[in-house]
Amino acid sequence: MHMSDGLINAPTSLLFVVVAVAGLSIAAWRARSELDERTAPMAGLVAAFIFAVQMVNFPILPGVSGHLLGGALAAILVGPYTGMLCVSIVLIVQALLFADGGLTALGANITNMAIIGVVVGYGVAVALRPLVVRRQRLRLRVLGGLAFAAALCGTVAASMGFVLEYAIGGHATSGDSTSLGAVAAYMLGAHVLIGIGEGLITAVTVTAVAKARPDLVYLLRTAPRRVEVRA
Amino acid sequence: MSTSSPVSLRRFLLGFALVALLVAGAVSYLASSSPDGLDSATTRGCETVETDAGETLVGDCIAQNASAHPLSDSPLADYTVGGRSHLTGVAGVIGATATFVVAGGLFWLLARARRNRTSP
Repeated sequence: MHMSDGLINAPTSLLFVVVAVAGLSIAAWRARSELDERTAPMAGLVAAFIFAVQMVNFPILPGVSGHLLGGALAAILVGPYTGMLCVSIVLIVQALLFADGGLTALGANITNMAIIGVVVGYGVAVALRPLVVRRQRLRLRVLGGLAFAAALCGTVAASMGFVLEYAIGGHATSGDSTSLGAVAAYMLGAHVLIGIGEGLITAVTVTAVAKARPDLVYLLRTAPRRVEVRA
Repeated sequence: MSTSSPVSLRRFLLGFALVALLVAGAVSYLASSSPDGLDSATTRGCETVETDAGETLVGDCIAQNASAHPLSDSPLADYTVGGRSHLTGVAGVIGATATFVVAGGLFWLLARARRNRTSP
């Protein structure tokens, strides 16, 4: 879901550079309370894992593919602020080393995938967290379902970020398929399908980590005490 | 919930790193080469036509406004090594390693900043 340069005009690109810089500054400040010597290498590996899985585009329709964004995955495993930094670093490495995603579009791409995707994905995960702890015996399965729903919502929300940027500063043409409504409908439909793939990858990964080391799952580690999960 | 003894942190992190390298280095060859959701949204209304100068979009679509990537001549552009797409796995391993070094370094610094702040 990486935008190239030129899809949105210069003032809009600049606006989202400002949004991204502000968001990441807050994230860097707040991530300090999510990180310690034990979770810092874990968070570095989560970023590397997201980079790797983003390479593997999966087909969703004939001639159309999708790939993991990783916002919900990172937020559930290492916390929302650290998660924003993980996805942002992936996007920066991709733009600078692999010419994937434009340079002036980097602000918009970070806003969509690293900020909107994480905020919405993590919000859904926190909202559903009480379900996980109430059903102890089914905990892993419910956690998988939670991760799926969080990732699906995060992906669709991130795609709507592009629609917002296109609405503000897209270069409109006369074609029917470039109208805002058509772009929004196509993005929504495609990203519900991509979100299902994102949900499956996120559910499998979160469940595997929770099974091996539940203490390394930020969402479980930070559950309120009254609904504390016994590992 | 779990009755088995937890995996040691070191072992877990090594396993996780191996999975990331395996995905970047090997599974990446299975990736679909079709455009992703956003790319196909922005090329709707256009057809890709091969010309002497390469591929151009003919018709009326958003992606006609896209400019070429300023770093498209860089050695790892498009997840290749010097344009050789059969080396995608090598590019992937380099990228995953670079991501780990940058992210791990930043997170190590942030974790240290926290320790310095909380210690007297």
